[in-house]
Amino acid sequence: MNDGTIWLPEQASTLAPEIDALFYFVYWTSIVLFVGVVGAMLYFAYKYRRQHPGERPAPVKENKLLEISWIVIPTILVLIVFTWGFQSFVKMGTAPPNSYEITVTGEQWNWSFTYPNGTSITNELHVPVGRPVRLKMSSSDVIHSFFVPVFRTKQDVLPDRYTYLWFEATETGTFKAFCTEYCGTQHSAMDAKVVVHEQGDFQQWVKTGGGVADMPPAEYGKVLYERQGCNACHSLDGSDGTGPTWQGLYGTKNHPLSGGETVTVDANYLRESILQPGAKIAAGYGNVMPSNYNSLSERQVTSLIAFMKQQSDKTLDSGGAPLEGSAGAAQ
Amino acid sequence: METKERTEHPPQGSPPGREERLEHGDDLPPGHEAEHNYLNHEKGLMSWLTTIDHKRIAVMYAISLSVVFLVAGLLALAVRMELFTTGETIMGADMYNQTFSMHGIMMVFLFLVPATPAVLGNFVLPVQLGAKDVAFPRLNLATWYIYMIGAFLVIGALIVGEIDTGWTFYAPYSTSDAATTADGGAVMFMTMAIFVAGFANIFTGLNFIVTIHKMRAPGLTWNRLPLFVWGMYATSLVQVLATPVLGITVVLLFVEQLFSIGIFDPTLGGDPILFQHFFWFYSHPAVYIMILPGFGIMSELIGTFSRQRVFGYRAIALSSVAIALLGFLVWGHHMFVSGQSAVASIIFSLITYLIGIPSGIKIFNWVATMYRGSIWLQTPMLYAMSFLFLFTIGGLTGIMVGVLSVDVHLHDTYFVVAHFHYVMMGGMMIALLGGMHYWWPKMTGKMYHELTGKIGAALIFVGFNVTFFTQFILGSQGMPRRYYDYPVGYETLHQISTVGSWVLALGLFSILGNAIWSLWKGPKAPANPWAAATLEWTNTTSPPDPHNFHHTPLVTRGPYDYHLADEVFGEGGDGYSGDGAGDGSARVPEPPEPEPAAARS
Ligand code: HEC
Ligand code: HEM
Ligand SMILES: [Cu+2]
Ligand SMILES: [Cu+2]
Repeated sequence: MNDGTIWLPEQASTLAPEIDALFYFVYWTSIVLFVGVVGAMLYFAYKYRRQHPGERPAPVKENKLLEISWIVIPTILVLIVFTWGFQSFVKMGTAPPNSYEITVTGEQWNWSFTYPNGTSITNELHVPVGRPVRLKMSSSDVIHSFFVPVFRTKQDVLPDRYTYLWFEATETGTFKAFCTEYCGTQHSAMDAKVVVHEQGDFQQWVKTGGGVADMPPAEYGKVLYERQGCNACHSLDGSDGTGPTWQGLYGTKNHPLSGGETVTVDANYLRESILQPGAKIAAGYGNVMPSNYNSLSERQVTSLIAFMKQQSDKTLDSGGAPLEGSAGAAQ
Repeated sequence: METKERTEHPPQGSPPGREERLEHGDDLPPGHEAEHNYLNHEKGLMSWLTTIDHKRIAVMYAISLSVVFLVAGLLALAVRMELFTTGETIMGADMYNQTFSMHGIMMVFLFLVPATPAVLGNFVLPVQLGAKDVAFPRLNLATWYIYMIGAFLVIGALIVGEIDTGWTFYAPYSTSDAATTADGGAVMFMTMAIFVAGFANIFTGLNFIVTIHKMRAPGLTWNRLPLFVWGMYATSLVQVLATPVLGITVVLLFVEQLFSIGIFDPTLGGDPILFQHFFWFYSHPAVYIMILPGFGIMSELIGTFSRQRVFGYRAIALSSVAIALLGFLVWGHHMFVSGQSAVASIIFSLITYLIGIPSGIKIFNWVATMYRGSIWLQTPMLYAMSFLFLFTIGGLTGIMVGVLSVDVHLHDTYFVVAHFHYVMMGGMMIALLGGMHYWWPKMTGKMYHELTGKIGAALIFVGFNVTFFTQFILGSQGMPRRYYDYPVGYETLHQISTVGSWVLALGLFSILGNAIWSLWKGPKAPANPWAAATLEWTNTTSPPDPHNFHHTPLVTRGPYDYHLADEVFGEGGDGYSGDGAGDGSARVPEPPEPEPAAARS
């Protein structure tokens, strides 16, 4: 396990050691050149400092050998660096044929990951250790960029086409991924957790749909509350955030909307608020809830609603909620 | 000991030229200069607003640009302040995004790109050429008005909408109304404002090219041009050739927005990467518009304050032109992870290195110029040495981000932010400050306070490094750029960086204070306080006459032949015409007429 240095974070992919070696080659060469240039400058500034105003230094003759050498030597150095960088760049661009493919969608301001068996998860990328993984990425709005510092890899994610990025993790653990192409208000919050599992654990994780296959709805709703990023805007403890708190929300009668009218917060209203957040706006809040939750599965929506119900001790007679469906059964 | 061969001549006062002339009392021809120079020969606001004197236009630019720099600098302090702690420190995310965007837009398009040509180029270039003015003085005045219109349009764009795209305006974020806080209309307004301001650059560039070709004083051959003129020449070429691309991009943005023809926006069938190509096809050459004048200033400073002929004159002069032209072929190095083809990336990386070499050669030449010189550590020289220190770091980290696979890790992190601040602020801005100190006595006729100047240079050097060196580490540790908030692990380095920005600001304000002091009660400047050897110092007063010279100077030697100083400064006054040819080239006989002492009265 490499813990990282002052310059670079820890290495957790097969590519990282090579990139780091090249980084340090350029780094040390630069230091030598820098010390040479600045050292000579300081030495001259001291040695030839003006001692009295009448000095008339004789002109220094040009020196062809010197001039040629300081053209040729740097040229050789940069050609070495170029060739080396070019080789590792080609390696980074060519995923091994046996790679495990995960589809990635970037969207202001979330990452969602879809596995070959249909399991899908937001803002968490789970991968196996010791196996090449290839991300097939696209964006549904503006340009984003997927960056995992410990893997030393990055690729822009474009709205009109697929781009690809691959890596092979060498360490298990939890790491961070960032969006590095500026994409608006929450750009800096558009990060994701990268969880590297042992191969067996990973198989298990995918099979159980991200470890949530058998969870009861309210419990699954709690997981989604975090995974889907609802927690960024909605609190559970009554405190105010970008959006209204969920504490005591369900069951509220005469819930005020921005237009002045009121509604009863039942399962239908919650469902509509999740799937079409712009349709009814809670009074005192902006229309800023992301509209991309309409891609949540039926199970996910009902689980979220079940979880929200748990956050309130109010109740409604089920007559008010004809479409409650399976969510009601969970309570 | 070297000084032996260097001090054959008896000391003649300090520096050569200054004391002599003070003694002889011929520095300020009595009753002449004090009454009649470009600053006071006409009075009143209108005389400034309608002037076609290149020197007055330079002063007007200096004032406008200082205001822009102040505003953009305060925005930068706000950005750094916000990053002092994680989460919200002084403003919200949208406000933060607009703040760094305006900082970048103003610094790049309204300050760094026009600054040196407009102020020092306008003031110094015609005088260094021995000309009365630039080739098209009216056009020159027009550029100031165009620039001002551009600047006001930028403010207008702020009123129209909230620009939060960064200075790079990447599509489709900048063009799609739905995705953006700013809408496409505001972005169009802003890009148009930038293009208007860009027109001022095209005209200035054109003006300089013609001036350099056509208006050199007799005897001022291409090989005798001061290197500042060479730097301005290369800059002007890039300005004239690159800025129109910005115009084309703006037109395409308009066409897309108004007629919904898909060019950049994928929802209309356009290609967002095409926008990046257009943007960098202008903006990479623009980084050379920003640095080439700095190279020119550096050569003047290092030569003058080392009293040595600038080493490798020809290499420095021609490498500027080479950089200017090659600079058009490397734009793709900003797009290694954008999804452009790998082959393209590889070619761009290779050319990027080829262009790094001439920059390196210049650095070696400047250091070699100091060898066996007589190094006078006045404030401008301290800036020149700061430049060597900082620009070397900027250039070497440029090589680092030019390495294809390493850039994949470093792209769009604080490492790139640090790289370009080391070249743009540590390089260009430091050179500009050095140049402003150097030419200040010429422009204003007043000396600044030397010790304050040195303290300012030191504060800026320290503050700059504290602010930006930490950002290299932040970046290589993975901290992305344009982040309102960041993981706690990065907090310490961000805090050091923010504290550095305060030191930097203190240094900059000390310069402002020094300037005000100097105008108010600074001592009168002699014609040539630095014993420099170019025409603006040797052949005219400080401040110069409205027509620069009473008689066209005759040039008989190179711009850095300080070893001829005795003849140049000691005897016949301070004219080029007073000495023999130093470099063995044909000696132009001294004509009786433009004898400088007589010429001035
Ligand atoms: C970017 C912040 C944000 C995120 C993330 C977010 N919301 Fe919201 N949400 C809001 C805001 C603001 C409102 C109030 C305006 C409105 O009604 O659209 C709101 C309203 C709601 C309401 C209606 C509440 C009421 O008082 O009327 C529900 C239900 C809701 N959100 C559910 C969710 C769920 C479930 C998630 C996660 C899957 C989520 N939200 C994620 C910002 C957010
Ligand atoms: C020694 C020569 C130089 C080399 C090899 C070099 C190389 C590079 C490379 C490869 C990048 C892209 C990095 C990335 O985005 O990942 C870059 C960015 C940049 N460089 Fe340089 N550079 C050099 C000198 C300069 C100079 C002289 C300037 C300006 C005065 C400059 C200004 C910039 C700017 C502004 C950016 C970032 C633009 C942005 O993304 O916002 N560079 N440089
Ligand atoms: Cu982003
Ligand atoms: Cu570039």
